Amino acid sequence: MLRNSEDGFGAVTIALHWALAALILGLMVIGFLMRRIEMEPSLQFSLYQWHKSFGFTTMGLAILRAAWWFVERHPQPVASLGPLERSASRLMHRALIAIGLLVPLAGWAVASASTLDIPSFYFNLVVIPHLPLPKSEAAEAFWAFAHAALAYVMLGLVAAHAAAALFHHIVRRDAVLTRMLHSSFGASDRATEARDDENVVRR
Amino acid sequence: MIAHCPVSGRNVLKATLPLALFLVAGAADAQAPTLAEAAGSYRIASSSSIRFLVPQVGGGGGIAGEFARFSGTFRIDGRDVGRSSVEFTLYPESVRARERRIENFLRSSAVFDTANFQTVTFRSTSVAQTGPGTATVEGALTARGKTHTERFAVTLSDWGRSSIRFTIRGDIRRAPYGMDVGTPIYSNVVRFDMNIRGLRR
Repeated sequence: MLRNSEDGFGAVTIALHWALAALILGLMVIGFLMRRIEMEPSLQFSLYQWHKSFGFTTMGLAILRAAWWFVERHPQPVASLGPLERSASRLMHRALIAIGLLVPLAGWAVASASTLDIPSFYFNLVVIPHLPLPKSEAAEAFWAFAHAALAYVMLGLVAAHAAAALFHHIVRRDAVLTRMLHSSFGASDRATEARDDENVVRR
Repeated sequence: MIAHCPVSGRNVLKATLPLALFLVAGAADAQAPTLAEAAGSYRIASSSSIRFLVPQVGGGGGIAGEFARFSGTFRIDGRDVGRSSVEFTLYPESVRARERRIENFLRSSAVFDTANFQTVTFRSTSVAQTGPGTATVEGALTARGKTHTERFAVTLSDWGRSSIRFTIRGDIRRAPYGMDVGTPIYSNVVRFDMNIRGLRR
């Protein structure tokens, strides 16, 4: 139930996947608003602090996700996937796991290198110390650029990943998307499996 | 910003002689000047300093700054120090901090809102002497159109024939003035540390 099986994802993988998806998209929206939209400075300050707290949450989950990915078995790819698709998906998943760690790390570096020296007060509960980086305007600008550039690359990867999943669901009508929606032990999996079987037969 | 005036030798003597005499006298009877002795009306000199600090969570420097422009007068009542008074205006647009971004934030609608409120004023309502050279001044502080009673601890630090110097300390909660941005990362309590030099009028 919690663990991945030979042909499906367990609840842990699914929960981490969707929690990270929601957090990443939410952080993208907050990040875009606080940097690009003219607004009251007090609201902007609050958005930065929310962005940092949710960003640290995302980093924590991304670390868990990466660790889980390393220790947990990987289900077999959906049978209908060709060799190129299998390679592409493997590459995409690795890239997403890596960039999911790099983006928040670069964000932490921005807060750490900033001459403003604003503490990262995680949800107003605990102070997360700055990384031991030199503080300067140039260092802050560099990390801010790196954080934003990596975030846009991640957005592109997420878009490609989601588009591929939707393509498989709508056009190919295979289980690529649905097996990330529920654990392989659910009742609805039987329908998925039946459809997979159908795909295999059709192939 | 700070004008450097050439001072003639005679002026130096004029300025230092009373101080020297005062120090000698002070050493002789080991007594600080009393507030009653310093009675008179004074104008607050621009060489005074109005510093503040907003501490931040987890240590670190916090937000430190000062105001470059201010004006005010005060009167020390010789017969009844309790009847002394002070009126003070500062111009938050002149706030100085360690970097421009902080200054602009302090001027913005998030804090002083200098576009709409050009001044912060203080008018004393009562003065209570607490020692030979110390007093507590209570009064109405107005910032961003809101007025609340605040209290400052005043210590007489230097006194000459034509000028007088105080250190003034006070902790002001900023939330009642609609300036609670950044709490609790930055303390609600702003620590003021002022060095006020009054020139006799």
